[in-house]
Amino acid sequence: MPGGRRGIAWLTAHPPPGPFRREFWRSPVRGPWLTSVFGVVLLVGITMLAVTGLLSYAAYDPRLAGNDLTPQKGVLGFYLFDWPTRPVWLYRLSQAIHVILGITLVPVLLAKLWSVIPKLFDWPPARSPAQALERVSLLLLVGGGVFEFVTGILNIQLFYVFPFFYPAHLYGAWIFLGAFVVHVALKLPRMISALRSRSFRQELRTGLAETRPEPPDPDGLVAVDPADPTVSRRGLLGFVGGASLTLFGLSVGQTIDGPLRRTALLSPHGREYGTGPNDFQVNKTAAAKGITAREAGPDWRLELLGPQRMRLARPDLLAMPQYTYDLPIACVEGWSTLQRWTGVRLADLARLAGATPGRDEVFVESLERGGVFGHVTLSARQVADRASLLALRVNGADLSLDHGFPARIIVPNAPGVHNTKWVTRLTFRPARS
Amino acid sequence: MKAKPPSQNARRRIAVHPRDDLRRPLAAVRQRIAAHYGADPLHLLALLACFALAGYAASRVAAAGIWVGFVIWFVGAAIVHDLVLFPLYTLADVAVQRRPWGRRRPGPHVRWRPWVNYVRVPAGLSALLLLVWFPLILRQSGETYRKAVGLGLSPYLGRWLLVTGLLFAGSAIIYAVRLRTAAAARRGPRRRRRPEKPHRK
Repeated sequence: MPGGRRGIAWLTAHPPPGPFRREFWRSPVRGPWLTSVFGVVLLVGITMLAVTGLLSYAAYDPRLAGNDLTPQKGVLGFYLFDWPTRPVWLYRLSQAIHVILGITLVPVLLAKLWSVIPKLFDWPPARSPAQALERVSLLLLVGGGVFEFVTGILNIQLFYVFPFFYPAHLYGAWIFLGAFVVHVALKLPRMISALRSRSFRQELRTGLAETRPEPPDPDGLVAVDPADPTVSRRGLLGFVGGASLTLFGLSVGQTIDGPLRRTALLSPHGREYGTGPNDFQVNKTAAAKGITAREAGPDWRLELLGPQRMRLARPDLLAMPQYTYDLPIACVEGWSTLQRWTGVRLADLARLAGATPGRDEVFVESLERGGVFGHVTLSARQVADRASLLALRVNGADLSLDHGFPARIIVPNAPGVHNTKWVTRLTFRPARS
Repeated sequence: MKAKPPSQNARRRIAVHPRDDLRRPLAAVRQRIAAHYGADPLHLLALLACFALAGYAASRVAAAGIWVGFVIWFVGAAIVHDLVLFPLYTLADVAVQRRPWGRRRPGPHVRWRPWVNYVRVPAGLSALLLLVWFPLILRQSGETYRKAVGLGLSPYLGRWLLVTGLLFAGSAIIYAVRLRTAAAARRGPRRRRRPEKPHRK
């Protein structure tokens, strides 16, 4: 196609003014080595975000009736498995990684985008069909990446400007991950050779006075007319790393208990309620769900359905064998807290309803009105775990209304929203297998 | 990017297997595709797989009935960084580096230590915290937050200002200390006119 080639040659010789001209980009520290340092951090970090994100989807046990917030997932749920109850801290850890690491990676993502921004204005836009297609995939990569970070970060702050977090974040993740894998596959050799082109240690010993641009590269990241440096590569890496540390340090506290929780100055769920037994993080108040003191008062009954039917008042439940376990509440939004719960075993309630622990699952219903988490199906494995409780007390005191009085579910290693509060009915039924 | 003509290696590989009847036409096809496409056919295959997955995920978005909002947010995300955030912080950086208006350059006897990074770093960190946590700091999600958590968002603005203040103060202290050590190292006998950061050396 000689005509096409001539056209491209003409375009190359006549770039529009401004950012489409290579002289426009003058930073003396942009270059393949710097980009690759950010790239390798993101390669590891985003892989961890992807794994923990996919795990979190599995933790919701979306194959059980009523649990799936994205019922149109099709084959994207191919990897789902029966979510375990042990180790009890697994979801707490994996979701803390997902959220806190995501926040921590924001500066690295921004730095990576800064380091390659001249490529956005590459002229001509494409020299071959291959390049054109690759640039479309970069739209999915950058758009998908920013989309995932933005939706996640807004969601953990309960800033619901988009009314569809779960499907958007899940399907957006698959669009992003496809483009991410291809980008890594295409760029990995270049990243490795760029990382080898300079010594990291030497770079950390190079101050501003000795900072020189990287040698010219085929990708055109290195400025053709570099300005005098105002920051060394060491300084820039320190800035980005320091920014990550700042974000991390001000938010990681919401995943731990004790005095260090107070360090979570800028994070949505590191709040202090007081020093009482019920003074720990709430993420769904009784008032918001229309739970009144009367409904949750002496007239409250727990309805057990199964081969047998039964209605139990709170004193009936308190008369049953009580068990106490230290279990975390771990929210999909990344915060968590370990508390001491006391109540009756779900397995005991299953037997009372004539069901068989280990074979039967349970459909839990709450008094709450509205919202998608007023009910949940817990798997047969979750029902059978000895630490799965219908909790009546916490830290030695009755549950407060905001923590689910008269009774709430607490299941080891389950996502926070599955620990249904204000339980009114438990329906035991054989698990489909 | 990967836009390269068929490599010498590809041709050599054919020469290495002169009697391999299968490989010869395959390599020729690969070469012909590469010549038109601009990269190895594997590149094309990988991208097609990527687009197929994206297309399938997009069909799930449509099935969920949220595609309008999804497309707006997705495309918005793709351009908000490149065409809004990046130009904004670049302009802010240019503004910081300009000399303060009307301020006279001190005489040639004053050797300024480059100060721009002592403003850039705390300002950048503070802006980043605001970028990430603006719904809390600017009380954008107040109603839903109170319903869920049972508390208001009032502490966050103060906390952000506190962190910002500490960052700038820390940066100023480091600048002052470095200025002093640099001055001590030079053993400059002359006193310098620095009213806002007095030296007592």
